[in-house]
Amino acid sequence: MEKSVDGGFRILAFLLASVVAMVLLAILIVVFWGSVDSMGRYGWSFLVTSNWNPVKDEYGAFTAIYGTLLTSLLALLIAVPLGVGTAIFITENIIPLKIRTLIGLMVELLAAIPSVVLGLWAIFVMEPFIRPFLEVLHKILGWLPFFSTDPMGPGIAPAVLILVVMILPIITAISRDSLNQVPMKLRQAAYGVGTTRWGAILNVMLPAAISGIVGGVMLALGRAMGETMAVTMIIGNSNTFSWSLLAPGNTISAMLANQFGEADGSQVSSLMYAAFILMILTLVVNLLAQWLVKRLSLKY
Amino acid sequence: MAISPTASLRRDIPDLSYKQGLRRNLLNKILTFLVGLFSLIAVLPLVAVLAYVLIKGGSVLNLTLFTAASTGLEGGGIGNAVIGTIIVTFLSALIAIPVGVGGGIFLAEYSGGGVFANFIRFGTNVMAGVPSIIAGVFVYAVIVKTKIIFGNSYSAIAGGVALSILMLPTVIKTTDEGLKLVPDDLRRAALGVGASKFVTILRITLPSAFTPIATGVVLSIARAAGETAPLIFTALFSPFWPEGFDAFFNPIATLSVLIYNFATLPYESQNELAWAASFVLVLFILLINLFARWLRRFAST
Repeated sequence: MEKSVDGGFRILAFLLASVVAMVLLAILIVVFWGSVDSMGRYGWSFLVTSNWNPVKDEYGAFTAIYGTLLTSLLALLIAVPLGVGTAIFITENIIPLKIRTLIGLMVELLAAIPSVVLGLWAIFVMEPFIRPFLEVLHKILGWLPFFSTDPMGPGIAPAVLILVVMILPIITAISRDSLNQVPMKLRQAAYGVGTTRWGAILNVMLPAAISGIVGGVMLALGRAMGETMAVTMIIGNSNTFSWSLLAPGNTISAMLANQFGEADGSQVSSLMYAAFILMILTLVVNLLAQWLVKRLSLKY
Repeated sequence: MAISPTASLRRDIPDLSYKQGLRRNLLNKILTFLVGLFSLIAVLPLVAVLAYVLIKGGSVLNLTLFTAASTGLEGGGIGNAVIGTIIVTFLSALIAIPVGVGGGIFLAEYSGGGVFANFIRFGTNVMAGVPSIIAGVFVYAVIVKTKIIFGNSYSAIAGGVALSILMLPTVIKTTDEGLKLVPDDLRRAALGVGASKFVTILRITLPSAFTPIATGVVLSIARAAGETAPLIFTALFSPFWPEGFDAFFNPIATLSVLIYNFATLPYESQNELAWAASFVLVLFILLINLFARWLRRFAST
């Protein structure tokens, strides 16, 4: 009796563990299967054409794919110095430990705020606040294609900023943990040979923690590419391609959030195709993150 | 006259005092100032968002909001969305906790670190990276479109399933890691006095790992409660109160979807409801987070 309970529980636990693999596989299959129709019709040209016209039943996802990559990479470019800098600030003894702990806690709580609330804040507070600055940018640098349109409200630039807010906590928290894990001996040795604080940070601490930091950055990139609500609410959801960062744009996830509920026919299939591309993108980034962490781990 | 030995020594000793103007000292100061500034910028959004949500949300909040449904008309409220968020989050926890804890138990206690366990751990990491909107698309295709749940399309159950897909990786990971922290001595002692593996896990290992697991589960519930993307085409929305058993099988309002729907509408009264809903949601999530932190500290002392 006891043996069979034991064996039964083992099998149950095994089955529950397999659920992960099954769900993951099911997601891949369902999304792929849903997009087969559109894949057959448009093939690779789906990736490079930018007309999305449900009325004429023509679909190309270039604007959304470009928007996904552009917004997440730009957000990363801003968030990495901010996040790693904050992590350095709260792992060094520049200010008292209590204040450092408080900063760490605040950044972590920022991660807990739902993205839809950040979207609401972006619409009513952040976007009106930054618009004058964007207008100045347009006036001065308007000759560049990236700032060639007048900021009208929702657009790529505010979307990038709200993405920065969303991925900053991930980068900060992971960088802080990796810096904290660097053995005390290394720091002491660096100070022992007479280097300055920043000599130690730049030449010893950061290289020793780089695997964790890069892993965190890649994780943040994956999150930024898949992030939906805040971006949907502020990017403007336009499928017309524009080089300008001040013009409305689109991302794959924003397009899905906006259109999937009301789509039918070949539009569903095209949206599934876009979803499949998004999945592959995030999958590649996450795998790369895991590989990099392994590859860059220093042995000390 | 001979120079005293100390004086000659003194001449050879370099000046070791701190010099303000040295290039490396200046660089140090600049970089330190820079990271301090970065930290300030990093904290700013939290302060700004919290301030606006508390002030704007708090100013429109009153008791009648909780007793009215989200009709979106004058006199509408957010009461049904509060209930809806609780129902949908509860449903997702009902799925994700047993599956996740069971899976975690298998990884930590039974697998012995084999190929299959590593594959599942890898899968858990991959699943944690799946964008939340994809979970919504998946559940829409499998549950909503096929009307597999007794012929109902959009439903609270579909929303719960979509959220559980997002919760699952966190629950598995925290269970796996929590159980790994339990010292092997405890397991050996239990097995040594004749307990079966099942009894050992149920009575010894799982209770000793309770706090880390509970912390992870609580945090994942907080995250699920704020998710929107998986719900917009699974649980959809509803201007009515959830009623009895039918609530599980029909579209249901949630706070997060209410914020999304009402924020993008041009009417001020609805925007105000969105702020009020944000107030309730953020307060709820921050309280859970602080509770989880307290739980962790409580366990470590």
